[in-house]
Amino acid sequence: MFYREAGQFKASYQADSRIFPIRQDQIGFVALMAFLFLVVPFIANQYWLQAVLIPVLIFGLAALGLNILTGYAGQLSLGSAAFMAVGAFGTYNFMLRIDGMPFLVAILLGGLCAAAVGILFGLPSLRIKGFYLAVATLAAQFFIVWVLVKFGWFSNYSSSGVITAQRVNILGIDFRSPEMKYLLTLTVVTVLALLAKNMVRSSTGRKWMAVRDMDVAAEVIGIRLMRTKLQAFAISSFYCGVAGALYAYMYLGTVEPEGFNLDLSFKILFMIIIGGVGSIMGSFIGAAFIVLLPVLLNVAFHGSIGAFVPADLASNMELIIFGSLIIFFLIVEPHGLARLWQLAKEKLRLWPFPH
Amino acid sequence: MARQFGDVVIDLQNISLRFGGVKALTDISFNVVEHEIRAIIGPNGAGKSSMLNVINGVYHPQEGNIIFRGQQRQKMEPYEAASQGIARTFQNIALFKGMSVLDNIMTGRNLMMKTSFLHHMLYWGKAQREEIEHRKKVEEVIDFLEIQSIRKTPVGRLPYGLQKRVELARALAAEPTLLLLDEPMAGMNVEEKQDMCRFILDVNDQFGTTIVLIEHDMGVVMDISDRVVVLDYGKKIGDGTPDEVKNDPKVIDAYLGTSH
Repeated sequence: MFYREAGQFKASYQADSRIFPIRQDQIGFVALMAFLFLVVPFIANQYWLQAVLIPVLIFGLAALGLNILTGYAGQLSLGSAAFMAVGAFGTYNFMLRIDGMPFLVAILLGGLCAAAVGILFGLPSLRIKGFYLAVATLAAQFFIVWVLVKFGWFSNYSSSGVITAQRVNILGIDFRSPEMKYLLTLTVVTVLALLAKNMVRSSTGRKWMAVRDMDVAAEVIGIRLMRTKLQAFAISSFYCGVAGALYAYMYLGTVEPEGFNLDLSFKILFMIIIGGVGSIMGSFIGAAFIVLLPVLLNVAFHGSIGAFVPADLASNMELIIFGSLIIFFLIVEPHGLARLWQLAKEKLRLWPFPH
Repeated sequence: MARQFGDVVIDLQNISLRFGGVKALTDISFNVVEHEIRAIIGPNGAGKSSMLNVINGVYHPQEGNIIFRGQQRQKMEPYEAASQGIARTFQNIALFKGMSVLDNIMTGRNLMMKTSFLHHMLYWGKAQREEIEHRKKVEEVIDFLEIQSIRKTPVGRLPYGLQKRVELARALAAEPTLLLLDEPMAGMNVEEKQDMCRFILDVNDQFGTTIVLIEHDMGVVMDISDRVVVLDYGKKIGDGTPDEVKNDPKVIDAYLGTSH
């Protein structure tokens, strides 16, 4: 059927405030979920699962965390990677030091550690805004990585601070194969994304956006700036922390503190800028863009002119094209790919009779 | 006039406000009684907006007492004023630009929504019931201000006059007992002004809301307000009914203009 809501009437406010108010969207979402859960594990090979799908999901979750803070609550942060590190090392230590610790509980506790650290480094946001706050969160980025390197306790005194993720076993099921890791990652990410969507469409999200859009007016209608900002920092860091734990346990297997450096923080920031600031779906589109584009460029290069140019030139050209594409998309749609998707849907509602 | 006025809602006694060496308000006293429409007028820079900011806790005067509903007010923050039933609109529209009309107005009810983010995460049971219950109230406000057709529109896309109306809606959604309006009709054409006057009178009439408003359009002020206080250079130069103020030589000299 055509994509439009003609004939779909809402008789209650409950029906009107659904995540997907249009039935075609509901069907599409269920179909996508069914595909991701039931079909992908059987058709995707190890490379696709390990090198593409799992990192897209994990980076998408981290980007979602940053989007809550920056996109919804309007607080710029450059410390996402550091909060991921807290989550990863927190989870590692809970698994290591408490016998029989269930993995999901360890991830939850790791995320809560990240939330606590996030509140601490969110305190400057009460006094400073914008770029100055971004610089203040840089302190978190460098300080946390330094602490994790400096104090061997966090990495169980391993040389050079590298930690190796313990084997994950939930209810007797071993999560070692790429398929199982993919399914676990997908489950955690889906649940957290839905929870985030629920928050942003209720009073919590409205308070964040009010603080983002006009903080004086927000205060005058009774929103407490301090509480709202710190809450956004805590929840955002929780999401980043869980993403960090998944990054260590489901993606890389071994991580070191320096792996969570400023580069990674910037990468996550680019994801939300390209995907869409203030959009849950945009976080995942942005992550897919940043992870997939180099892979696609690489494939395209090898298939075409890769045979004629030297390898080092080819890899530099890939970087150049990657950069230009980012600039291109930002010029075409400064509000990110999620906005393009939204515009496409609005057009589609009128298609094929636009008058 | 058939309308009944009640007790004094807020009594401002000898308020002085300074920003460094600049005296914004000097020794100003006036009161506002329940159910009245109280206008504050004066030339630009007279301290009208500062006066509103003092009432709802954005500015803290260096001297003077504020008695709100019989209680001496301590130094307090804007959100505390909001929780005591004071709502306001701004001279330069202060809507949340990235949100829809509906979300903007829903935000006005945030103080009455008691569920925490943990409930919101699940959006089930208590949180959903609360959301729907407040949505009903918000829809009443939307009906009252006749903005049904734009409820899902992002406020940034609306024309100026409608944005002003949405801002009033957000303030009304909080069910205030004292409503502060900072130039609600600035920049409007005649029809929009008439609409806005009607809404202000209706709010006052139907909900009994006490209103303090700043306005430059003398015709409007003289028509809808019960009492007027006139400021000039941070000092009070007149106070009384519109007729008294209109004929006060000091006010005419400073503000209304004289034909020499």
